[in-house]
Amino acid sequence: MKLSRKWLQEFVDLGPVSDRDFAEAMTISGSKVEVTEDLGAEIKNVVVGRIEKMERHPDSDHMWVCQIDVGQEEPVQIVTGAWNIHEGDLVPVAKDNSWLPGGKHITRGNLRGVKSKGMLCSLKELNLDERDFPYAAITAAALLNDYKPLDPEKPSIPAGIQPGHKIYGPVVAAEVLECTPLGGGSYHTCLMLKDATACPDIRCDNVHVGDMVAYNTKTDTLCTLEDLHAEQKEFPHCIPDGIFVLREEGIKPGDDIRPVIGADDHVVEFEITPNRPDCLSVIGLAREVSATFDKPCRFHQPEVKGGAQGALPELLDVETPDPDLCPRYTARMVRNVKIAPSPKWMRERLRSSGVRPINNIVDITNYVMLEYGQPMHAFDYRYVKGGKIVVRRARAGEELTTLDGNVRKLTPDMLVIADDTRAVGLAGVMGGLNSEIVGDTVDVVFESANFEGSCIRKTALALGMRTEASAKFEKGLDILNTLPAVNRACELVELLEAGEVVDGVIDILNYVPQPRTILMDPARVNALLGTGIDPVDMYQYLERVGIRTETGDFPNAPARVVVPSWRADVEGIADLAEEVARFHGYNNIPNTLSAGLNERRGWNPVQQAENTAGTLCRGLGYSEIITYSFISPAYYDKINLPADSPLRNSMKILNPLGEDTSIMRTTTLPSMLEILARNFHYRNKAVRLYELGRTYFAKGDGSGMADEPKVLSLGAYGGGIDFFGMKGAVEAVLEGLRIAGFRFEAETGNPSYHPGRCARIYRGKTLLGILGQVHPAVAENYGADCELYAAELDFNALFTGMGGAPVYQPLPRFPAVTRDIALVCDKDLPVGKLEECIFRGAKGLLKAVSLFDVYTGKGVPEGKKSVAFSLELRADDRSLTSQEADEDVKGILELLSKELNSVLR
Amino acid sequence: MKEQLEAIRQGALESIAASQETTGLEALRVKYLGKKGELTAVLKQMGGLSAELRPVIGQLANDVRASLEQAIEAQSAVLSRKALEAKLAAEAVDVTIPGKKPPLGHKHPMYSVLDEMKEIFLNMGFEIMDGPEIEQADYNFTKLNAPENHPSRDWTDTFYLKEDSSVLLRSQTSPMQIRAMEGYGVPIRMISAGRVYRKDEVDATHSPMFHQIEGLVVDKGITMADLKGTLNAVIREIYGPETVTRFRPHHFPFTEPSCEVDIQCYKCGGQGCPTCKGEGWIEILGAGMVHPKVLRNCGIDPEEYSGFAFGMGLERLALGRYKISDMRLIFENDVRFLEQF
Repeated sequence: MKLSRKWLQEFVDLGPVSDRDFAEAMTISGSKVEVTEDLGAEIKNVVVGRIEKMERHPDSDHMWVCQIDVGQEEPVQIVTGAWNIHEGDLVPVAKDNSWLPGGKHITRGNLRGVKSKGMLCSLKELNLDERDFPYAAITAAALLNDYKPLDPEKPSIPAGIQPGHKIYGPVVAAEVLECTPLGGGSYHTCLMLKDATACPDIRCDNVHVGDMVAYNTKTDTLCTLEDLHAEQKEFPHCIPDGIFVLREEGIKPGDDIRPVIGADDHVVEFEITPNRPDCLSVIGLAREVSATFDKPCRFHQPEVKGGAQGALPELLDVETPDPDLCPRYTARMVRNVKIAPSPKWMRERLRSSGVRPINNIVDITNYVMLEYGQPMHAFDYRYVKGGKIVVRRARAGEELTTLDGNVRKLTPDMLVIADDTRAVGLAGVMGGLNSEIVGDTVDVVFESANFEGSCIRKTALALGMRTEASAKFEKGLDILNTLPAVNRACELVELLEAGEVVDGVIDILNYVPQPRTILMDPARVNALLGTGIDPVDMYQYLERVGIRTETGDFPNAPARVVVPSWRADVEGIADLAEEVARFHGYNNIPNTLSAGLNERRGWNPVQQAENTAGTLCRGLGYSEIITYSFISPAYYDKINLPADSPLRNSMKILNPLGEDTSIMRTTTLPSMLEILARNFHYRNKAVRLYELGRTYFAKGDGSGMADEPKVLSLGAYGGGIDFFGMKGAVEAVLEGLRIAGFRFEAETGNPSYHPGRCARIYRGKTLLGILGQVHPAVAENYGADCELYAAELDFNALFTGMGGAPVYQPLPRFPAVTRDIALVCDKDLPVGKLEECIFRGAKGLLKAVSLFDVYTGKGVPEGKKSVAFSLELRADDRSLTSQEADEDVKGILELLSKELNSVLR
Repeated sequence: MKEQLEAIRQGALESIAASQETTGLEALRVKYLGKKGELTAVLKQMGGLSAELRPVIGQLANDVRASLEQAIEAQSAVLSRKALEAKLAAEAVDVTIPGKKPPLGHKHPMYSVLDEMKEIFLNMGFEIMDGPEIEQADYNFTKLNAPENHPSRDWTDTFYLKEDSSVLLRSQTSPMQIRAMEGYGVPIRMISAGRVYRKDEVDATHSPMFHQIEGLVVDKGITMADLKGTLNAVIREIYGPETVTRFRPHHFPFTEPSCEVDIQCYKCGGQGCPTCKGEGWIEILGAGMVHPKVLRNCGIDPEEYSGFAFGMGLERLALGRYKISDMRLIFENDVRFLEQF
């Protein structure tokens, strides 16, 4: 919401408060100021000047050398290429060393040998346009001395044409002998034809003594380019553009231009929270300013003279068949409207508030919407068929072309303003094109209604057309505001002499709001805030925002208070506490720490496990990543997931940002591979990553909720990583988490992994996860031309499998005996089977087995391999003899031979 | 004979002093002091001496032996010290050659900041709770007092998983307030952090998935002053003890009174600069006293209990802390980025 400080001044006289102090105070009391704009900040050293003298540039066919009075002793000389100025005109002058909007710096210069000490400004150069100053529109006559034929061989107008020569029909060439501005954009001229003169008053701005013009003897006017059916390039300097010739009252040479063009205002932009729609208006903000600075607010009661012909009840009939969607409908009528630009002060205020001026009637509705926060709509009475307005639900299939020219398909949840036969507007959103205010509009209906917020919101959303009006309605507006707003509009019509107001008001009140009173309890407010504010002060703070006790006093005790109609957000004691706190100052509330401790506190066991897992991964060189929980369905294809895989049953986002983020992942593998591949493409050489992230599976209990198990995933490539590197990392993590008794089993059937380099990890019968080399075809899907390794560990299973606190085992007091054995066995026999068999064959002395060699080749038969282990045997109560050790090894070898056909090499 | 002994002494001492190797020294010892050595040979001639001379020469001979032994020992020490020095010199390394560094993983900067936050609250006696990301609209909105037509409920703002808008990806961590109060009752002092989702296109300051940290304290007699005291303490731990804060009124459906908390811009000290968009202040979190309706929605009597709640975005905190210019870096996971933290 943009607030003009000049407009605000009309309601609250603050005296001199700097923008910074104003913003700070308002922000601290709850109306956050986003930015303050000084409209004239970019304009410096630009003044009003009067053109004293104009002479044609001696060395140019189009430039003028002007002597300008800028309020100094000596006039300044400025060269301009514009043709719409005349001696005596008041114009904006950017003096030597001046600044214009957009950071344009103007300095003295030299134009074809003639000194120029500044620049005359156009509207555009002051960041304005013709809607801001409609009178500054320029009409250009076709000047024959500017004529450049399209084809030099065949000019339409002969070179050296003389006064009186016929151009076509009644149009002849004429030389300007005299041209005197009459004010208001018209000029008195004296033209020489051949042997006669003509003295028309013209409205062309670019005519000067000595020019040759095309004079229509029949209409006594000068021809424009249009009249001659000429193209712009035939008359390159006869353009509808030029210097902004000022027609403001009471200005003189030397005056600062900023107040003249309304650039002396400061505009404050507020962030208004959705609970305060009342602050989306000048009056609403004025109330807040008044409360913040504790200064009185001057409100204005609109007064309408009325008296136009006709009786309102006969002219207009309003029906509201859906009262729940239209709690109130207020309307008035204006007749004999004269559509014209609105006055400068109104245009300036609209502009400051970010609204472009259009015409007096439309500007009035916008002005009232800004001032009162009440959206208004004006429509042309002649298009209200049958003089009847029906506020009803749209019919199925009904269509309406809105003011923006779009055809809208309506549904019965939408509310329309209709006449007897058709919709003429989309209630609370936008008017219809069929009832738009146009140049020849005579009678106007002003609508000031209250529509149900969520209906308007849904309509705007469904049609994708959130407007200024709908944004206000959807928040819920003050139902008491419609009448003053419509009266204000009518008052402005009379002030602007834009039409005649018909007596009376149509006001359908389907819901009569009752004054709301709630209990104010100062003790509870202090208890909630942790303050010791005097109750009397509290009631005074509340009074500032219009919340008063029923008796209007400031008691020292609980009392009922009346909440104003525009403060629907104030419902109970907590809201009153906020109002008190706002004006007492949040920053004046003390700082305390609450007493009391929690039974549950600190990291819980799961969180501790998560922390430990992270620490372990990082200790192993793996860095943490964060990936999106949502993925593309195509990712399942990328990891070669079979079409019938249950993992494809992802929960779907119904309104995703895009396909890429449209389903909730059931596996973290594609996320990890995505990041590995990205790093690969960034040419990072050795990469180790981990993530503890969630996967999502529908609970299927009708709640729509999900199980969200966490997966600890690891990923790596480069830096010498191989299957055993990844396996070693997983083993270290499991051991670090004190998970005992896990084992690895070859997994050949997982389509995402290399069939010969993949293992499932078990603890007992519980699957802890999977690890291995990513299937080369999958790696290729990710464009990674190297071996990728990954592990996916079910964090829940890890947590469940964690051992308790360690129990000390006495250190060995007797030496161990080591025996190395090399076994020959089938090539396909997993080492794990041998190891497991070795442990079973031992008779209680074997403490550790470690693999130290696997060999195939010379000396080992075809289809066999040699596997070498180092066995450590020890007794806890004595030194072991060689015989005892050998006895144990013998048992082991027997079992190996029997079960696995594996013998000593 | 006396002359002989003196000659041996002189010659031997010279040879010993000149010896440069342990083997040579040993040969000298044998040469002079060995069984067949020169000194022994001289002593063997002692029998031919007069009784008067014998003790004198004997004395002299012992003297010579002792001085030779001493010299050999001394020279031996010198030589072994030299040998050690030579060995050490040969073993010298170029200390500027890079070390053999075991690879070290890095915590994601976002989670470094999060863990820091968690530690601060744990130390204040809070517990940490975890909850679902796929959430019911009831918890994400309704029980938090968000009106039926609140814009954040729009399908343009929040991701939905059910046509009737009853299940969604949580758009804030605030539903954990409800889950905490429903699940554990009062008193409660908890924080909950995690992923939240909003329908924002990815750019330098937005991501459809981001992280929040939520806090809730409910007990008898909890005041807005407690809210301020707690948050000020936390903010000063994060941003330093000199940090200036500003509490200003704001609006959230689930708190009343509500506030936003700003810190004075650390870059310009409040003068206004590009970092604080000229405001002099940087907004860091939202907070407020738990709305009586929310307490009631969770079966807690607002006449008896009160509480405060707060929430803040973590990305912005991490970005500010590490001067990271673009939020996309957070989710890009380039190791060259991760390894900086």
